[in-house]
Amino acid sequence: MKNHRNPQEVNAGSMADIAFLLLIFFLVTTSIENDAGLNRIMPPDDNNAIVDIKERNLFEIRINDADLIMAEGDIIDPKNLREKVIAFIDNGGLTLEAEGYCNYCKGNRFADSSENPDKAIISLKAQRNSSYPVYVTVQNEVIAAYNELRDRESLRLFNTPYKTIYSDYYNEEINEDKKKVLKERLEIIRALYPQKILEPETVNN
Amino acid sequence: MIKFNKYRSSKSLPPVSTASLPDIVFILLFFFMTVTVMKNQNLLVENTLPTATETEKLDKKDRVIEIYVGKPTNDSNTNLGDEPRIQMDNKFITVDEVGDYALQALSSMPEHLKSVATVSIKADVGVKMGIIEDLKSELRVVNLLKINYTTYEGAAEDNL
Repeated sequence: MKNHRNPQEVNAGSMADIAFLLLIFFLVTTSIENDAGLNRIMPPDDNNAIVDIKERNLFEIRINDADLIMAEGDIIDPKNLREKVIAFIDNGGLTLEAEGYCNYCKGNRFADSSENPDKAIISLKAQRNSSYPVYVTVQNEVIAAYNELRDRESLRLFNTPYKTIYSDYYNEEINEDKKKVLKERLEIIRALYPQKILEPETVNN
Repeated sequence: MIKFNKYRSSKSLPPVSTASLPDIVFILLFFFMTVTVMKNQNLLVENTLPTATETEKLDKKDRVIEIYVGKPTNDSNTNLGDEPRIQMDNKFITVDEVGDYALQALSSMPEHLKSVATVSIKADVGVKMGIIEDLKSELRVVNLLKINYTTYEGAAEDNL
């Protein structure tokens, strides 16, 4: 009879309490990280360099105190901003014979819009009382426009989206030889659509 | 005769086993351990970030200088008012001091990272552009030109 007796069960009830204590400790001492954002590079702090920009090569975006967004003189819905920026950058308005003709552009080739993507400059101006989220939205849309165009060219030339090339380049598991190829590709695409975003000094009012 | 009330006949119900409860809690614990990081700063300002879609990861923490901008939270200090303030290194600083503190943070970095140092601006959604512009011009003076507007992942239209 002695051999058939069930072994005594260990009471595990307090283990849950211990685990809960640990869990609560981690909940209060840690935070979920948000470490992604829009990267921008500001121009250096010397305003001596004055570049002559043609009116047609400048796309002006302004945000006023009431957070309305104005692009090229009209108040527009932020939903349409990306489209407009793409149309402007990708316009390629020079004639076929002219120097700097953009043969990969698929835009409308209007004579009063940008000459080629290399010349196209986006100017972004905010007032001191504009809200920061609206500014971020506009930045986001402009970067999205560039990314979309770069994606298109990347797919055409290398059959991979720009994002994939970019993230692979910064991936540490990729070996050096491959990285060289990726770097070349990144440079080619960036040369096709260089990001030119200008931020004039904000006016005080 | 079939006994229908077999259980009722026995004296008491067997106890519900709670042995799997620790396992469940441990799974939760491991989840939190993997997705979170230790807090290295105590937030003194409100910090709800705007959302954006075209974000890039700031995964290398060793080259990031963080600047928080936002209204002071109620518990940090009651007499600071409603104006957005700048927080660096666990304390409030004025716009003029931003350059000094940023350079201080930069000097504590290893030499090879100094050229790739990025300033992460973590500004609250309630902040106006004025303070951001001041901040940016201060950073330009000390030649820290790589900035990152840190955001949450999400549709940009949510900001409006």
